[in-house]
Amino acid sequence: MELTRRKMLAIGSGTLAIAALPGLPAFASATDDAIAAFTGGADLVEGGVTINAPEIAENGNTVPIDVSAPGAVSIALFAAGNPVPNVATFTFGPLAASQSAATRIRLAGTQDVIAVAQMADGSFAKASANVKVTIGGCGG
Amino acid sequence: MISRRDFLQVGMSAAALLGASGFGTWSRLAAQQALTQDQLLDFDTFGNVSLIHITDIHAQLKPIYFREPSVNIGVGSNRGEVPHVTGAEFRRLYGIDDGSPAHYALSSGDFSALARGYGRMGGLDRVATVINAIRADRPDAILLDGGDTWHGSYTCYQTQAQDMVNVMNALKPDAMTFHWEFTLGSDRVAELVEGLPFAALGQNIFDAEWDEPAELFPPYTFFERGGTKIAVIGQAFPYMPIANPGWMFPEYAFGIRDENMQAMVDEVRAQGAECVVVLSHNGFDVDKKMATVVTGIDVILSGHTHDALPDPVLAGETLIFPSGSNGKFVTRIDLDIRDGRMMGYRSKLIPIFSDVIAPDPEVAALIDAERAPHLDRLTEVIGQTEGLLYRRGNFNGSWDDLICDALLSEREAEIALSPGVRWGPSLIPGQDITREDIWNVTSMSYGEAYRTEMTGDFLKLVLEDVADNIFNPDPYYQQGGDMVRTGGLGYAIDITKPQGSRISNMTHLATGEPIDPGKSYVVAGWASVNEGTEGPQIWDVVENHIRAQGTVAVTPRDDVVVTGL
Repeated sequence: MELTRRKMLAIGSGTLAIAALPGLPAFASATDDAIAAFTGGADLVEGGVTINAPEIAENGNTVPIDVSAPGAVSIALFAAGNPVPNVATFTFGPLAASQSAATRIRLAGTQDVIAVAQMADGSFAKASANVKVTIGGCGG
Repeated sequence: MISRRDFLQVGMSAAALLGASGFGTWSRLAAQQALTQDQLLDFDTFGNVSLIHITDIHAQLKPIYFREPSVNIGVGSNRGEVPHVTGAEFRRLYGIDDGSPAHYALSSGDFSALARGYGRMGGLDRVATVINAIRADRPDAILLDGGDTWHGSYTCYQTQAQDMVNVMNALKPDAMTFHWEFTLGSDRVAELVEGLPFAALGQNIFDAEWDEPAELFPPYTFFERGGTKIAVIGQAFPYMPIANPGWMFPEYAFGIRDENMQAMVDEVRAQGAECVVVLSHNGFDVDKKMATVVTGIDVILSGHTHDALPDPVLAGETLIFPSGSNGKFVTRIDLDIRDGRMMGYRSKLIPIFSDVIAPDPEVAALIDAERAPHLDRLTEVIGQTEGLLYRRGNFNGSWDDLICDALLSEREAEIALSPGVRWGPSLIPGQDITREDIWNVTSMSYGEAYRTEMTGDFLKLVLEDVADNIFNPDPYYQQGGDMVRTGGLGYAIDITKPQGSRISNMTHLATGEPIDPGKSYVVAGWASVNEGTEGPQIWDVVENHIRAQGTVAVTPRDDVVVTGL
């Protein structure tokens, strides 16, 4: 068995999970901090934004994610389990036909991907999806 | 006003009262030792449309023994729900008499004794007879193949599935979906699919680069039958590049994609479909969840997890029919579709008792012709088995123990890992083990038996990772296989714990010592999803081991302790 990128990723995530138990709250707060920086600390409501992500990543190095939030002026994307949670911020001008975007992101391991949308009225909405990054290997 | 759900439930209870699922009937007759082909096929034609479902054949052209699982644990909301009910409990649930043909066909317990009495099951020549009989009642019945058809035998491997394609074409399916087929490699899949005289469906088969629907696999097809329009939507196995080697089909991406499924259901309804059927390789629990997330599906024909249930399960407003594996069963479903909707159904899970159902001569001749060039190799006796060899179940079966023993001895390893696949027929005590039998439980396009070192830490990670693919309480995170089989390694598992804390007490069995997280162990295994894996083919490893043993006696083991049931 050779060490491939996927395996390295699995090893990486395992090391992360085992070694970084004390570090997890740090990541969580890094994500909270990043979200607060985007919202200015405003309250987040659920609903109004949808995030579409695979339940299990086919390749953790390039995970397709799409977000949409009708009426949003911008949508920020966060990967709560990555060392740096900020992924992207999409800004929509007044002439944008739709407020949606798609990208691919790298995930260090199983984690929540969070979308926060800023609405035209200045309010913020949030949605999240749990994406699993796995070694795989057994099928029916 | 009667809601659609009420109507379906009324339909179901009426069906139960009238015995219209057909199941009770053959069970009783069989108990009187009066099992005949006519009774197995007996069906009071109903409504205006017939569906015929067969799935997960795994290239078993000939009748086989196949022991159903005794351990099939349901988690989360599926705990204690069918199909996670086994053995005597399953028989009580469905009113099946102990020792009856239904006991033998559908549940574990006394398998070896019953197998001697009732004989082998399946055989595509017998399946052909059943399909022909249904078509005699309803000439335009729609035959749907749920996939895992082009994988799983010596001849399928040697012909790159040409044998299966030729025999299945003789049965004249109307549509098919996919899983293990993709392990032939995308070029071969494309070559075979382009030549199919029927629809190759998969709404969740996408182009990996552009994340757009793959052109070769349309999402759905329509059938005009009995004065109505039926849509059949395909759903391929969602986790192909994770559970199987993605490098063999890098052009494709999959996933459940239930939002696209909803869009497809809406699209076919808008185009006039009065009945929506999903031909699925999701696995049962995933189908059950999908039926409650996506609205407007009337029927899901369920494959992948190899479950066989005598009656459909109602999830939301959708009927789910799981039709078993290895050619053991064919499901006939008659539907009454009127006024834009499904008004009722009648169904029967038809067990293919190979000694009761006469083979169709044409298909029998075709199967023999496909096997003829390989017959000497297929039938060579390698050894004998003293006990029952079986695989199916959440943890090691005796076939797996034998394969792990072969890996430990032939590859001189401390620990063996063997994939928890659900295919692989059984052998009963005293049977010869032929080369064909060994290939039936090992054949695949990535069968190299690797030998490597893994630390105790990494072994735990592997067990935890695979366990979460089976015991995650959310079906959408389950891949539908069974737990990785281990040799030389014992462990305890609490299935209720989250990933990372299910596995404990890992023990190196040769020394009785606990597994040391920092120590490296020599591990032999097979079916790695990683490209470039090197080693002898697993069937050769197992053949050498059995040949050296002569008569194989696999001792019962209790190296895996399961809690949280």
